[in-house]
Amino acid sequence: MHELSVCQGLMRQVEQVAANNNAKSVKRILLRVGGLSGVEPSLLQSAFEIARAGTIAEHAELEIEDGPIVVKCQECGASSAAKLNRLLCQYCGEWRVNVVEGEELLLLSMDIETAQSAAEESRHV
Amino acid sequence: MCETCGCTITPGNEHLVKPKGKLEHTSEGRASIEVLSGLLHENDHQAGHNREHFDRHDVLAINLMSSPGSGKTALLEATIEAIGDEFSIGVVEGDLETENDAQRIRAKGVPAVQITTGQACHLDAHMVHDALHEMDLDDIDVLFIENVGNLVCPASFDLGHHINVTLLSVTEGDDKPAKYPVMFRAADVMVLSKADLLDVLDDFDTGKAERHLRELANPADVMTLSARRPETLGPWLDWLRESVKAKRSGEALSPRIQPDGVHLHEPA
Repeated sequence: MHELSVCQGLMRQVEQVAANNNAKSVKRILLRVGGLSGVEPSLLQSAFEIARAGTIAEHAELEIEDGPIVVKCQECGASSAAKLNRLLCQYCGEWRVNVVEGEELLLLSMDIETAQSAAEESRHV
Repeated sequence: MCETCGCTITPGNEHLVKPKGKLEHTSEGRASIEVLSGLLHENDHQAGHNREHFDRHDVLAINLMSSPGSGKTALLEATIEAIGDEFSIGVVEGDLETENDAQRIRAKGVPAVQITTGQACHLDAHMVHDALHEMDLDDIDVLFIENVGNLVCPASFDLGHHINVTLLSVTEGDDKPAKYPVMFRAADVMVLSKADLLDVLDDFDTGKAERHLRELANPADVMTLSARRPETLGPWLDWLRESVKAKRSGEALSPRIQPDGVHLHEPA
């Protein structure tokens, strides 16, 4: 749920980064969405189709990297993979663990095109 | 906003998503830009301002979350009654429509601001900020923010509050923490409400509800109570008093889990 809100926040950031870097258009957006972020990647993809309309990223491709959930045990110190609703140490079964990965909701990087790169491309044609 | 429930941009954040910013079409080379910032950056930023605002006024802000109908407003009514003059309470109410909840709170003699979100299924930091313009925080010790009834979306938006309290009414089923892990993981306190009904429900095991919560690596206090049985409110009221005391003594409080990516992944 709430993926369109999240996506609109993303578009706002994408436009800012694009403006700061004098982009003519945005070609690709790379996100990392952790399993505990509360955001569903497939719904975020659908929301992106709507949110990108009329923005500098209108023709951009959205790539979403899934972030695995990893917990570190406070008792035995081991790190292990965990399921969304079973955040237990895989080795000793302890529930007192710290989530060290899986909460991310990050804009990792963007590929942009600028006026100069567009001109270069047309020269190559 | 979500496709599923039809919510769109919230009234509070729409100024952020007006199409076309100040874009400049100039310059040099195609580039891949590393950004590494949280997607809810705008909300987090506003939430930070809200929290500073609460701290400046020595106000303890508590975000109440649950599914619709699990007794958030009833708990507030009973709390207001029980606390009396010990300290002053204010309430921000979030619902899709109606002033009903704010009216119930005002009827108890406590200031309440109603946010109607339209189709949006959660409060965000901007909506809360706007509501704060209508409330004099100088006169308030504890501000309850009653979020929109929903076990999914509210967990993802920091409002600038200090503590998350999540209610689970015993009519809902003891496996809700396993079914809605993101919400229950965010809980700093889990309140099992409507406990007066436990006598007639043979399928709600409070121990099981707590085990499901622990399986989310959550050490939160669990309190079992009924807003209709004032004698069951003791632990809740004591916890509230302690929290107010901690806030007054200048302790820096914030939710254990920042639901929105503030705890960014730290590269090894």
